[in-house]
Amino acid sequence: MSAITGLLAGIGALLVTALGGIAFGRHAAGRLLVYGTAMLLCSAMAALALAHLLDPAAAPSTAWLPLGLPWQGALFRLDALSAFFAVVIGLGGAVASLFALGYGRHEHAPGRVLPFYPLFLAGMNLVVLADDAFSFLLSWEFMSLSSWALVMAHHQERDNARAGYVYLVMASFGTLALLLCFGLLASASGDYTFGAMRAAAQGSAATLPVLALALLGAGSKAGIVPLHAWLPLAHPAAPSHVSALMSGVMTKVAVYGFIRIAFDLSGEPQWWSGFLVLLVGGATAVLGVLYALMQHDLKRLLAYHTVENIGIIYIGLGLALAFQSNGLPAAAALALTAALFHVFNHSAFKSLLFFGAGAVLAATGERDMERLGGLIHRMPMTAFAFLAGCIAISALPPLNGFVSEWLTFQAILQSPELPQWALKIMVPAVGGLLALSAALAAACFVKAYGIGFLGRPRSDAARDAKEADAFSLTAMFVLAGLCLAAGILPGFVIDALAPAMQALLGERMPLQAGVDWLSIVPVAAGRSSYNGWLVFAFIALSASLAVVIIHRFASHARRRAPAWDCGTPDPDPATQYTAGSFAQPIRRVFGTWIFAAREQVEMPPPGSTAPARHVAVVRDLLWEWLYAPVAGAVAFASGRLNVLQFLTIRRYLALVFLALVSLLLVLAIWP
Amino acid sequence: MDRLAFDIAHLLAGGLVLVSFMMLYQDRLYALLNIFAVHALVLAASVGWQAHIQDAPHLYVTAGIALVFKGLVIPMALHRMIQRLGIHREIETVIGVGPTMLAGMGLVALSVAVMLQVTEGADPIAREDLAFALAVVLLGLLMMVTRRNAVSQVVGFMSLENGLVLAATGARGMPLVVEISVAFSILIAFIVIGIFLFRIRERFDTVDVQALDRHRGERQ
Repeated sequence: MSAITGLLAGIGALLVTALGGIAFGRHAAGRLLVYGTAMLLCSAMAALALAHLLDPAAAPSTAWLPLGLPWQGALFRLDALSAFFAVVIGLGGAVASLFALGYGRHEHAPGRVLPFYPLFLAGMNLVVLADDAFSFLLSWEFMSLSSWALVMAHHQERDNARAGYVYLVMASFGTLALLLCFGLLASASGDYTFGAMRAAAQGSAATLPVLALALLGAGSKAGIVPLHAWLPLAHPAAPSHVSALMSGVMTKVAVYGFIRIAFDLSGEPQWWSGFLVLLVGGATAVLGVLYALMQHDLKRLLAYHTVENIGIIYIGLGLALAFQSNGLPAAAALALTAALFHVFNHSAFKSLLFFGAGAVLAATGERDMERLGGLIHRMPMTAFAFLAGCIAISALPPLNGFVSEWLTFQAILQSPELPQWALKIMVPAVGGLLALSAALAAACFVKAYGIGFLGRPRSDAARDAKEADAFSLTAMFVLAGLCLAAGILPGFVIDALAPAMQALLGERMPLQAGVDWLSIVPVAAGRSSYNGWLVFAFIALSASLAVVIIHRFASHARRRAPAWDCGTPDPDPATQYTAGSFAQPIRRVFGTWIFAAREQVEMPPPGSTAPARHVAVVRDLLWEWLYAPVAGAVAFASGRLNVLQFLTIRRYLALVFLALVSLLLVLAIWP
Repeated sequence: MDRLAFDIAHLLAGGLVLVSFMMLYQDRLYALLNIFAVHALVLAASVGWQAHIQDAPHLYVTAGIALVFKGLVIPMALHRMIQRLGIHREIETVIGVGPTMLAGMGLVALSVAVMLQVTEGADPIAREDLAFALAVVLLGLLMMVTRRNAVSQVVGFMSLENGLVLAATGARGMPLVVEISVAFSILIAFIVIGIFLFRIRERFDTVDVQALDRHRGERQ
C-alpha cells in the first residue's frame, strides 16, 4: 500500500469517526471514542507521512478517486511538501485529540463539537493532498465550514455569533480569490489538474494577478494583515483544543496553499513578488504583535500572536521568492527552510500555549488576564509547560522558536547579493521589523506569563484553581518536549525538509547530519553556525551552578518584610501590577498612531466621593477604515434593495419583462 | 412551390403576431377569450403548414393539440369561469391602449432586429418564424404586465406559450415529446391557475390582483 492510499484511508476513517460523533455525541463514551480514534488515526497518518518524507528514494505518489468533477475525478498526490504539511497536521491533530480526551470533560455541548472535529481534521488533510483545483477548493471549503461549525459550538455566548459570521464572510472571500486564481492558472493550461498547471507554468513568468489572488486567498485564511480581522475573533471562540488546531495547524494549511501556488504552479517567481510578500510579512509580524500587546484576553492574545508568526513565515517565503527570482537557489532554500521550520515550530508551541490557556480556562472559567494570577502555585505543571511555550514563542534559545527565526535572519543577511535596489533596501528593513516583533513578542509573553501565572490571585476563581488532568498535561509536555527537541537538534528538521526544497527550488541547504557536534551551518562553516546542545548545556549548567551556589553558600537566615507598596499599605490583590499597566509604555510609544490610543484621567470634582478614573481607549483603525466602510456600503445597498422584497406581482412581472427587453436590446445593438 | 410555401408560412406566423396585437387592445373579457381562440386557431394552422412543408407528421399532432385544447377547451373553460365569477362586465387596462400598442410595435421591431442579426445563415423559414415567435412571446409578456385582472393575465400567459410552440415547430427536428410535455405543462398550469383564481375569488370577492396587494398591506 502506498503512502497516499494509507493517508486517504485515514481520511476516510476520520469521516466515519464523525458518524460516531453524531451517534454518541451526548455520552461520555462518545468523547473517548471520537478523540481516541482521532488520536490514533492522526498519529498513524503523521507516521506515514513522516516515513514518506524521510525516505530518500520516495517519489511523489498519486491516487485517483471517482469523485468530484465527472470527467476528471479527484486527483491526490503526496510529494515532499505535502508530506511535511501532513506531518504537521497529523502531529497537531494527534496531540490536540490527546488534550481533548481530558479537556473534553468540561465541554457542556459535546454534541456540537464531536461530529465536526474529525471532519475538520479530514478537511485539512485533504487540502494538502489535493492535486487538482476542484478537489483543492472543495477540501478548502470543507475545512472552512467544519471549523466554522466548531467556532459556533458555543453560539449562545456573547460575541461568538458575530465571530462566526465574520469568519464565514472572510472564508468565502478567500475561497473566491483562490477560485479566480486557479481560473487564471487553468486558462494557461486548459486543465484544472495541478500537473497540467505545473507543465504550463514551466519556463513562463509568474503574473501579478495570480500572485495577488493567491496572497489574498491563502492569506485571508492564514491571517495576514489586513485580512486577519476574523482570526482573533474566531480562534478564541472555539473550544480550546480546536483553537489550538485552528491557530496552530489550519493557518499552516493556508501557508501550504500559498507555497503550492507561488512556488510550484505559477511559473518562475519575479523579484516584485518577493518584494510584495516581504512587505506583507513585515507589516503582519509587527502589527500582529502590537495588537497582541493591547489584548488582555489570554486566548485572543494568542490568536494575535498567530498573526505575528504568520508574518514571520511570510517574511521567509518572501525572501525565498526574492532569491529564487534572482537565481540564488541556495539562499532561497535557506529562506524557505526557515519558513517551513517556523511552520513546524509555530504549530508546536502555539498548540501548547492554547492548551495551557484551555487548561486555565477550564480551571478558572476566566480568559481575562486581569482576573488571573498566582496560578503557578495552583497549577504548577501547567505553568511549567506554558512557560516552555512562552520561551519558545519568544524566540529564546535553546528552544525551537529561536532556531527558525535565527535561520530567517541568516537568510536576511544574504540580501547584499540581490541585484535590485528595492530589495537591497527592503530586506534589511524587514529584518528590523522582524527583530522588533521578536522583542515585542518577548515583552508580550512576559506580560502573559507574569500576569497570568505569577503574583497573587486577582479573583476567587483564580484562587480556587485546580491542576489540569493527566491527559491535558501529557499533551502539553509532549509538545514542550517537541519544542526542546527541535531546538537542540535542528539539523534533523533541516535535513528532513531538504526533499521539499529540492523539488520546489532545485537546490537544498547543506546536509547538516555530517556537521560535528550536532551544530547547524546554514551557509558555510566560516560564516555562522549554531549549536543548540551547547546552548542548552550551558544554560542548564550555569543555572544549576547558580542554584547550588545560592543554596550552599548564601545565608539561610529567613527574613520577612513587607513588599514595597508605594507607601500605601493595601493587602488587596488589585494593587498588583496589571496587564494594562504592563502594556502602557508600549501603548504610548506605538499605540498613539497605530491604534489612536488615548488615555484620560477623570478627576472627581472637589468634595465628591466618586473615585478618580483612568480610562485608556484603544481603537482598531484597520477595522474602522477598511472593514467598517465595506460593511456600511453593503448595509446601505441592501437597505435600498430591500424594497424589491415587497413589490406587487405585476411589478415583479414588469421587472422580468424589462430585464428581458433590455437584454434583447443589448443583443440587437451590440455589433 | 418553395417560394409559395415560404410565403404562406410567413403569412401565418405574421397573422399570429397580428392576433397578438388584437388581444392587446381588448378590454372586455369575452372578446379577449374569443381573440385568444382565434390566436390558437392561427397557431394550429401555422403548425399544420409547417408539418406539411417539413414532412413531419408528428407536427400534425401538435397542431391538433393546439386546436383542441387552446382553441376550444381552454377558452370554453375560461368562459364558464368568467360566468361563474360574474366578472364579464369588467373592463381593465393599466396603461392606455395607445401606449400599449406603441410598446408592442417597439417589441416587434426589437425581436425582428435581434433575431435577424443572431440567426444569420440559418434556414430562412426558421429565421422568420423565430422572429415572429419572439414577438409573440414578448407581446404575451407585455399583456401580462399591463393587465390587472387575473383572467387576462392567464390569457397573456397562454398566448406567450403559443409563441413558444411556434418557435419550437419552426426549428426542424424538434421531437414530439418536447411539444407534448410543453402542452401538458401548460394544461397543468392552467388548472392550477384556475383553482387559484377561485381561491382568490372566495377570499377577496374579486379577481383583481390588486386585492392581493391590498391584503399584503401594500400601497398602490
